[in-house]
Amino acid sequence: MTGTEQAQQTKQGRMGRLLRDKDQLSLQSMIIPGILFVFVFTFIPLYGVLIAFKEYNIVTGIKGIFEAEWVGLANFKEFVNDINFWNMLKNTLGINLLSLLITFPFTILFAILLNEVTSAKFKKLTQTVTYLPHFISWSIFGGLVISILSPSTGVVNYLLQKLGIIDQAIHFLGNPDYFWLLAVLTNLIKELGWGAILYLAAIAGIDQEMYEAAYMDGATRFQRIWHITLPSITGTIVILLVFQISNILNSGFDQFFVLQNPLNIDASEVIDTYVYKVGLQEFRMEYATAVGLMKTVIALFLLYLANFIAKKITGKGIF
Amino acid sequence: MVKDNSLSDRIFNICNITFMLILIVLTLYPFWYSIIGSFNTGTDYARGGVYLWTRDFTLSNYKALFSDNALIKAFGVTISRTIIGTVTHVLFTSMFAYAFSRPNLKLKNAYATIGLMSMYLSGGLIPYFILLNSLGLYNSFLVYIIPALFSFWNVILFRSYFAELPDALIESAKIDGAGEYRIFFTMILPLSKPVMAAIALFTAVGHWNAYYDSMVYTLGSELQTVQLYILKLIQSTEAALLLANMSTSTAAGQGAVTTTTLQLAAMVAASLPIIVIYPFVQKFFIKGMLIGSVKG
Repeated sequence: MTGTEQAQQTKQGRMGRLLRDKDQLSLQSMIIPGILFVFVFTFIPLYGVLIAFKEYNIVTGIKGIFEAEWVGLANFKEFVNDINFWNMLKNTLGINLLSLLITFPFTILFAILLNEVTSAKFKKLTQTVTYLPHFISWSIFGGLVISILSPSTGVVNYLLQKLGIIDQAIHFLGNPDYFWLLAVLTNLIKELGWGAILYLAAIAGIDQEMYEAAYMDGATRFQRIWHITLPSITGTIVILLVFQISNILNSGFDQFFVLQNPLNIDASEVIDTYVYKVGLQEFRMEYATAVGLMKTVIALFLLYLANFIAKKITGKGIF
Repeated sequence: MVKDNSLSDRIFNICNITFMLILIVLTLYPFWYSIIGSFNTGTDYARGGVYLWTRDFTLSNYKALFSDNALIKAFGVTISRTIIGTVTHVLFTSMFAYAFSRPNLKLKNAYATIGLMSMYLSGGLIPYFILLNSLGLYNSFLVYIIPALFSFWNVILFRSYFAELPDALIESAKIDGAGEYRIFFTMILPLSKPVMAAIALFTAVGHWNAYYDSMVYTLGSELQTVQLYILKLIQSTEAALLLANMSTSTAAGQGAVTTTTLQLAAMVAASLPIIVIYPFVQKFFIKGMLIGSVKG
């Protein structure tokens, strides 16, 4: 069947043909379960966001979402006036910005340096080892961090004391002042290798003749990196930067939930852990939904903004 | 790579390799640290200094750990959800992706829009919780399986692989009278092993490492996953203390097991499967990641 034939048919004729077409029916029957899935697990919860503007009771279930009484912006007003809210917003933004400043450039640097390793075997070994922590859950990795930083038996305090940098053991995770940096650095160690994988793929795609020609012309190694490698992966850098910025409120529940304790909570409470606690431990569901909704709206706005800026500066964006 | 043997180049190479070695040590050391600690007696460990090698060897930590029925049960839950969850996810999602990759599929644009919306929109934790509760999935093993059946992100990965398969193959099967289901199960699935392996592995790791759904959508210890068990052990010293005391009264002798060494042993036991399997399947993970980046 060609495109013109198809266009000539009336809509009714198409439906009739669709029903008679066995292959088309099979294909549709493969698609429908997935579409139903999205309706149930994405669209219904989207509708459930309405409870942010309502007075909701969990025992009323889904039906209650429709029947609950409207309270307008009361839930939003409540969190704007909540001191905890501003504190955890500060933590979320602060940790993510710090991470953007440290993790993002360091990952690019790592990818470029790894590419400069001349021994293929050693390169492979480094990749294998640095990818590994990505596959370990935060409940385990966080447990390792806690035991290594322990003031009594942890190796970090031991080394710092031996080197004479500190006199007394520091309870790193018990002090809010250290938390932001600790969160960023532990995440860096966990995700550095895996984060470099797309850069490495982009670098592998660069034409080797460019490097040879540059070498013939007397370019030093640093000049070759600066003038060939870096410009060749700008596209990848921009795309990943846009994603990173749009993710700035998604600090990830796992890391913070595992590493936080009553002593560092002032610096370690982020939006995701806050929503969990307020919503499912204190059962203030409308309030938690309102916070979650605000997060989604800001995230979409950031994605749009980052993409807009990326397009303006480099002419490349993701949409 | 350009061959270059100038002095500055050799210095650069030495610095670079040293830098990489430091990273390797930094990455591996935490795992080593937990392994040697988990084989050390508790009271001896508490004196500090167990940093490079086990000082007072014992197996009591592991004995205590595996004498706890809750952990055995948690391993059962995690293993079942990993196997069932991975198989069902791969079948459900790849079948959708196959139909989605066929050029003659009608309403494709509408399906693509719905799929993309599912990737970027979310109602957030609370509405999702209310939904699962209303569906009767709360505190049911199926809460690990059904909400994880489908991912449009993986549909995109599958589709970009299916699109590379020669169209003539499918056309000739159709001429021979094979229907779409038969083509999918007897031709496409066997031809797509690399992408299946990649997505199955990502899914399996996700299931193995999951604790959030176990913590939020189940109650008590019946459906607890291994990762949640460990998290509880780490976060509540009382839970670990209870287990440690139980073991000292039954076996080993006073002080062989403390909360700290018990926690280390639990972390080792839960991460071991990944650390052992990972080097052999690494190439599939990388392939999976790169399929996604080309088109996505």
